[in-house]
Amino acid sequence: MQVLSKIFTKQSTYVPLVAIVLGLLVGAIVMWLGGYDPIVAYGAMLDKIFGSTYDFGEAIRQVTPLIFTGLAVAFAFRAGLFNIGVEGQFITGMTAATWIGINLNLPWFIHMPLAVIVGGIAGALWAGIAGWLKASRGVNEVISTIMLNWIAYYFANFMVRVVMVEPGQNRTKDIQGTASASIDWLVTLMDNARVHWGTVVAILCSFVFYYVLWKTRQGYELRASGFNPDAAHYAGMNVKGSIVKAMMFSGGLAGLGGAFESLGVFKSMAVMNALPGYGFDGIAVSLLGGNNPFGIIFGGILFGFLSYGSTGMSFEADVPNEIIRIVIGAVIFFVAIHGIVKWFLKPFFRKRREDKKEAA
Amino acid sequence: MKWTSKPTHVLSVSALALMLVVTGCGSKSNNAEGNTGGAANTENAVTSDNSGKDFKIGMVTDGGGVNDKSFNQSAWEGLQKLQKETGAEVKPLESKGESDFEPNLNQMVKAGYNLTWGMGFMMNKALTTVAKQNPDAKLASIDSEVDAPNVASVMFAENEGSFLVGVVAALTTKTNKVGFIGGVEGDLIKRFETGFVEGVKAANPDVKVEISYVGDFTKPDLGKAAAATLYNNGVDIIYHAAGGSGNGLFTEAKDRVSKGEKVWVIGVDKDQSIEFGNDITLTSMVKRVDEAVIIVSKELIDGKFEGGKTRLLTLKDGAVGLPENNPNVSEEIMAKVKEYEAKITNGDIKVPFK
Repeated sequence: MQVLSKIFTKQSTYVPLVAIVLGLLVGAIVMWLGGYDPIVAYGAMLDKIFGSTYDFGEAIRQVTPLIFTGLAVAFAFRAGLFNIGVEGQFITGMTAATWIGINLNLPWFIHMPLAVIVGGIAGALWAGIAGWLKASRGVNEVISTIMLNWIAYYFANFMVRVVMVEPGQNRTKDIQGTASASIDWLVTLMDNARVHWGTVVAILCSFVFYYVLWKTRQGYELRASGFNPDAAHYAGMNVKGSIVKAMMFSGGLAGLGGAFESLGVFKSMAVMNALPGYGFDGIAVSLLGGNNPFGIIFGGILFGFLSYGSTGMSFEADVPNEIIRIVIGAVIFFVAIHGIVKWFLKPFFRKRREDKKEAA
Repeated sequence: MKWTSKPTHVLSVSALALMLVVTGCGSKSNNAEGNTGGAANTENAVTSDNSGKDFKIGMVTDGGGVNDKSFNQSAWEGLQKLQKETGAEVKPLESKGESDFEPNLNQMVKAGYNLTWGMGFMMNKALTTVAKQNPDAKLASIDSEVDAPNVASVMFAENEGSFLVGVVAALTTKTNKVGFIGGVEGDLIKRFETGFVEGVKAANPDVKVEISYVGDFTKPDLGKAAAATLYNNGVDIIYHAAGGSGNGLFTEAKDRVSKGEKVWVIGVDKDQSIEFGNDITLTSMVKRVDEAVIIVSKELIDGKFEGGKTRLLTLKDGAVGLPENNPNVSEEIMAKVKEYEAKITNGDIKVPFK
C-alpha cells in the first residue's frame, strides 16, 4: 500500500492523468462547438473498445506495435538520441520477418521465433547504420534516420512487388502457417480478432528495457552518455560505442514490432501507399509514457485505444474524422505541455503545502 | 510522506471516476441517438420510392478517406444518390491505415449492414478474410477481384478510358512530349499507364510519353515535385493516376499557368475540372465508381444480388471515358476521340492491359 501510494503521488503519474482529462475536455468542447454530443461520442468510443470481445482483441492488436515503437523511441532518447527512424526500422523488421516467413520450411517452434528474431536483427542493423554514421562521422541521427526511413520504405515496396509478390496482387504471398505468431485459441475465443504473441513480447521488452538501462553497467554508460557525452567520455566510458549500441537496441525493438505486425496480424505484407506511421506514433507514445518503459505501456494503451475507439465515434456518433483527430491531438498536446498542466495544478499544491505547514 | 500522498491519490482517482461517469452515461443515450438518426434519414428522402428503406448499405474507404476527390468520394456520392432514390440507409467508415480494413469491415457486418463496400484494391485481402469469416454477410469490392461466394466484385477497363485521354493528349500537345504520373506501381495503375501510352501512340506516334511514379497515393508534395520535373523536361500535358498525390500536380500546373506557361493536367476518376478549374484541367478520365455502386446496391435491394461474380465495366458500358463537358478539347479532337471510342467498343482496337 505504501508503495502504491508512493507511485500515485509521483508527479509523473498524475500529470499525464490530468493532461488526459484536459485533452478529453478540450475534445468535448470542440465536438460541442461542431454540433456533436461529446457524451454520446465518448460513449461510442468506449463501446467500440470494450463493447465486444472482437473489438477488445482488435484494440489490443492496435496497441501492440505502439508499445514496441514507443519503447524504441524512448530507449534511444534515454541515450540522448532522437531516433526518428523507428518507422524505417519497423518496416525493415517487417520485411525481413515476412521473407523468412514465406521462404523457409521449418517446424513451427523454430520458424516463428527465427522470423521474429531476424526481424529484430534487421531493425537493429538498420538503426545501426545511423548509429555508426553518428559515432564515426558525427552525422546527425535525425537527418540520417529520416533518410533511412525512405530507403527502407522504397526497398520494402520493391521487395514486396518484385521478390515476394503474390501474382496478380499488390501484396506478398502468405507466410507459412508455421511462421504465424497468432495465438490461435485466443483468436477463436475472441471472434477472429487478430491477437498475437507480440503483445506478450512487447510487455516483456519493457521489463528488459528497464533492466538493461537501470540494472546493468552497460545501461548506466548509455544513460551517462546521453546526459553528458563529454563527462561520460572523461570518465573513461566508450561514448561512440554507446551510441551504436543504443541505436541498435532501439532499432531491434522497432524491428520486433514490425515482425509481429506481419507474422501476427497481416500474415503477408502489402505494397505500402505511404509510410504506415507506426514509428511516428511511437514518438507520441514515448512522450505520453514519459520515456519510462512502464509508462510507455500505458501510453501505448491510451494512444491505441483512442485511435481504435475513434472508429466508434465516427460510426455510432457520426463525428467526422477531422474532429476525432483534434481530440487525439488535444490529449497528446496536453501531455506534451507538462508545464502548463503543472501550472494548472498549482493551486491544489499550494493548498497542500499550507495544510502541511498547519499540520506541522 | 503517507500524509501528503492523500490529496493526489484522491485527485487521480476522482479524475478516473469522472471519466467513467462521463463516458458511462454516454453509451445509453447513444443508442437512442442512433435510432433517431436512422429515422431522420428516411424522412428526408422525399423523392425516394422507398424501395430500400429497410436496407443498410455501408462503405469502408481505404486510406484516402471519403474526401479524397477521387474514387472513395465518387463511391460515397453514389451511395448518397442511392439514399435519395431508394431511402436506403447509407454510411461511410474511413480507414486510417491497412490494419483498420478488417475491423472496419467487421464493424459494418456486425452492425447488420445488408451490403458492405470495400473500396480499392488494397482491400482485397481484408475483404476475402471477412467474407470467409461471415459467410452470411454480403460484401462488394471495387477494383479488385475477391474470390468468395458472398462478394460481388466490380472492375473497370481503365485501359480503355486512358486510351481516349491519351488520344486527346497526343493531339493537343505543342511540345510533342506528354507525361504520366502514377501512384504506387502495380497491376491497377499499370492499366492506366498502358492505356494512356497506347492512346498517345495511336493518335500520334511522334509524341513521347514520360512516366513517373511517386510511390505514394497520399502525398501531394511528391506529386508536385514529380510534376515539376516533368514540366521542366518539356512536357506540357500530364495525366495522373496517383489519387491524393495527384492534387500536387494540379497545384504545380496552377503555379505555372499563373506565370504564363501553357501546361495542362488530365484528371482521373472524377471530372476533376469541377474541383480544380477549367484553366488547367484539359479533360479527365472518368471512372463511374458512383454508378457501379448504385447498380450493385440496387440489385441487392431488388433481391438480385450476385455474389462471387466479377464484372468488368468497360467503355461500352459507359463506365469509363471522358466527362460530358470538355470545354478545352476542340471539336476536331473530340471527333477523333469519338472515332477511337467506336473502334474500341466494336472491337477493332483491343487496348492491352499491360
